[in-house]
Amino acid sequence: MESITERKKTRTGPVLFSSYTQGEGVKKALQLGREDILFELKSSGLRGRGGAGFPTSTKWMLTAASIADEKFIVCNADEGEPGTFKDRVLLLEYPELVFEGMVIAGFTIGAKLGLVYLRGEYEYMLKSLQDYLEIMRNENLLGKSILGKTDFNFDIEIRLGSGSYVCGEETALIESLEGYRGEPRNRPPFPVDTGYMGNPTVVNNVETLASVPHIVIKGGEWFKVHGTSKSTGSKLFSVSGDCEKPGVYELPWGTTINELLNIIEAKNTKAVQVGGASGVCLPKSQFDRSFAYEDVATGGSVIIFNESRNMLKVLKNFMEFFVEESCGQCTPCRIGNVKLLEGIKLIEKGSFTFSYINKLKDLGRTMQVTSKCGLGQSSPNSFISILENFKDEIFQTNGRGK
Amino acid sequence: MLVMERNNLSAEIEELIKIYGPERSSLLQILQAIQRKHKYISDFAQQEVARLMNIHPVEVYSVISFYSFLHSIPQGRNIVRLCQTISCDMKGKEDVKSAVERELGIRFGETTKDKRVTLEFTNCLGMCDQGPAMIINERVYTHLNAEKVIQILNEIK
Repeated sequence: MESITERKKTRTGPVLFSSYTQGEGVKKALQLGREDILFELKSSGLRGRGGAGFPTSTKWMLTAASIADEKFIVCNADEGEPGTFKDRVLLLEYPELVFEGMVIAGFTIGAKLGLVYLRGEYEYMLKSLQDYLEIMRNENLLGKSILGKTDFNFDIEIRLGSGSYVCGEETALIESLEGYRGEPRNRPPFPVDTGYMGNPTVVNNVETLASVPHIVIKGGEWFKVHGTSKSTGSKLFSVSGDCEKPGVYELPWGTTINELLNIIEAKNTKAVQVGGASGVCLPKSQFDRSFAYEDVATGGSVIIFNESRNMLKVLKNFMEFFVEESCGQCTPCRIGNVKLLEGIKLIEKGSFTFSYINKLKDLGRTMQVTSKCGLGQSSPNSFISILENFKDEIFQTNGRGK
Repeated sequence: MLVMERNNLSAEIEELIKIYGPERSSLLQILQAIQRKHKYISDFAQQEVARLMNIHPVEVYSVISFYSFLHSIPQGRNIVRLCQTISCDMKGKEDVKSAVERELGIRFGETTKDKRVTLEFTNCLGMCDQGPAMIINERVYTHLNAEKVIQILNEIK
């Protein structure tokens, strides 16, 4: 197996995979001061990389402005979306970016403690991450009076998850950090107001935090050069499925699906699932669309299906996933996902009626507006998009595939 | 459970509470530590955690039942989790699954009689570019095929 440093050398990209010296970001941030960091962040237009796309500067400003004794910065490293593995690469190969992003966030919002919520499946990286934190403590990038700034004390703790997809939802993640079942809370109040232990908390994705040191050093205007006007900067794409070169790629926002398919050398592609199981499935006719918040929004998961794949089987795999991972707290999600899966099994057997399938699509749309959190709101996406976009294949063969 | 085993377990839980603290926010970490060592969290362990943290035992059980990596019934010494998500599925998860089941003579969801291995499915392990993938305890194995997975399973104690 090639070493991490060797693998890192092969990666290239405009922002995250560009060169970086340890400590540079924190040093520059302390020189700039809180206001200027927020200014650069705002002008960069950085939006949440987990998929929801909320402006990062707004989160930070709201938390920075609130008057509370304790504030927290939480790094959401619970990437559980099927087909997503970009955070694995960032944490293993670029921990300096993620952790320094947290230090800068802590400095800006006035937090003393940062928490990393690392998914249980990634326990194997815990040791190396803790070793890296120790290196940072020795370099005075963590701990008391960081880099000589007397009033700035900050440290980072890593907490493990225990195999729950829904804990990637920010309020469920906070429940889990507090030692409860990872059931999402009602929002509002949002974590920026009432987060960990009832204190103002910023919850940011690994990739969002990793972008921060680069923005602080090179400025918001530099970041904006990449991407489109509404989706600034670059994005990490986790590519898997039927292609020659699966892996993590850093590409500017606005890249089209066709361009990506060329890079990864995918042939005979029938469908591309963008955004994981909770995303949408696009047919060939839509491959000229681009990855961007204003077009095909995504947290970075791209799964490629070639002509030989049975799309009903793909859909069944996704719905089984949601039935298992629904926390069961709200009715639309708990029962809705089971009903959608039953519908797929009926199509598989060939004993369905179109009017019932249409009713299930309506149920899906109801789930999208009535579920409590993102899981139930987005789980019908693949059901609706696969049945719409691949109806010829699915219904002509009664779903048994060719 | 023998009295001595109970006393040892109590002492162990007391020690864990000293390390992580008696606050509610430590509960998940304490349960993870018990799970890591004993491969499950027994009724007695649940009651002891509840008593020492001053919460109701049902609260402890409710947390265990929520998380798929925490167990309240005994498991094998090695928990093998094979990824069942779509990317690994397309790369040949089914072949790996049937090879393992044939070799061990048990199905997924079961434990071998000698308590050496428990088989489980899990959702996306974040190894989609190197599938099929599995984790044994916390170590990850990728690019599996029928032959390779059996070799790995034979090596674990």
